[in-house]
Amino acid sequence: MNIFMKWFHRLGSPPWFYNISGKLIPWFAVTTILTLVVGMYGGLILAPADYQQGDSFRIIYVHVPAAWMSLFIYIVMAVAGAISLVWRMKMADVMLISSASVGASFTFIALVTGSLWGKPMWGTYWTWDARLTSELLLLFLYFGIIALYNAVEDRQTASRAVAVLTLVGVVNIPIIHYSVEWWNTLHQGTTVARMDGPAMDSSMLWPLLTMAVCFKLYYIWVLLVKARAELLSREINNGWVRELVGGKANG
Amino acid sequence: MRAIRKKRLGLILLMVAGVAVAVGLTLMALNENINHFYDPTQIKAGEAPDNHIFRVGGMVVDGSVRRNEGDINVEFGLTDYKESVTVRYSGILPDLFREGQGIVALGKLDSEGVFVAEEVLAKHDENYMPPEVADSLKKSASADK
Repeated sequence: MNIFMKWFHRLGSPPWFYNISGKLIPWFAVTTILTLVVGMYGGLILAPADYQQGDSFRIIYVHVPAAWMSLFIYIVMAVAGAISLVWRMKMADVMLISSASVGASFTFIALVTGSLWGKPMWGTYWTWDARLTSELLLLFLYFGIIALYNAVEDRQTASRAVAVLTLVGVVNIPIIHYSVEWWNTLHQGTTVARMDGPAMDSSMLWPLLTMAVCFKLYYIWVLLVKARAELLSREINNGWVRELVGGKANG
Repeated sequence: MRAIRKKRLGLILLMVAGVAVAVGLTLMALNENINHFYDPTQIKAGEAPDNHIFRVGGMVVDGSVRRNEGDINVEFGLTDYKESVTVRYSGILPDLFREGQGIVALGKLDSEGVFVAEEVLAKHDENYMPPEVADSLKKSASADK
């Protein structure tokens, strides 16, 4: 068995995950806060105002990383869903459902910040163009996943249903990303991930990338915290949880 | 990978591919309706609906903006660099509205082929830069001419 498979199997073991995640959480918390401070200082103070939008463009430092996370987390959930369906791995289910509310929050933030920026810049809070509509659909997908999981009593059945729903919804992800190229939209085209390099001055770009890293670290941090809680509630009747709780109660 | 897992993986791939094809076909069928706006070339070609509200998008023609004295009526040319239409609007324009800027207007064509707008939205492009960079870009562009 190679190292990767060994790691994969270990990750599937709840007590091992519980132990290692407890050690990792403080590191992710500290790096999240560090990158947040650096990114916010760079974005709100060091970066120059935009030649057309003035200071209003600074909302990009929250809007764009949040929108990226809304797609990234969904892809993570879809991969977890596929692993859960193929290998019947408990940890994959835990990761999937623990990510859902974080993804929904980022989608919500992207929609709200975009809307607030849209009023002064475009002249409207909302318009039904392809990018905005598909992102709204993503929010409803997240809500659907959370609702479906909570509607089914049995955890295993719920997890399987949620994995299928997540995989069906993954079709929306490339639609969101390419909507600005495939159709005429009010939303502008891609600025950063372009074939010919970012269409953004480097003095504005670095805080944006720092914020993107910050949001990723935050996601891992919150995911680990939520996954631990979910794991404890699922494994409540297993030996290792009893040992953990009992040990603490006695000590 | 054991046979059962291979089978499950195959089923998942089949399901995702099936959904992708179904959604892809639907989007292709609805292509016209998903486009947020028509461009002036499509309007000149008669593709835009008559007597029906729709959106037109394009660039505001340089030097074409004419404001009426005393009220908020404004008239300007809108172009996609091939064809252009005249847009008439009465209302407050967004911050980003200026000559050479992309905009999207909602309204109807009148009998003379003038687009009477009820709403004008500015379309922002994907370029972000500080004012000094924009200035020097402009300078080098005019030096090239």
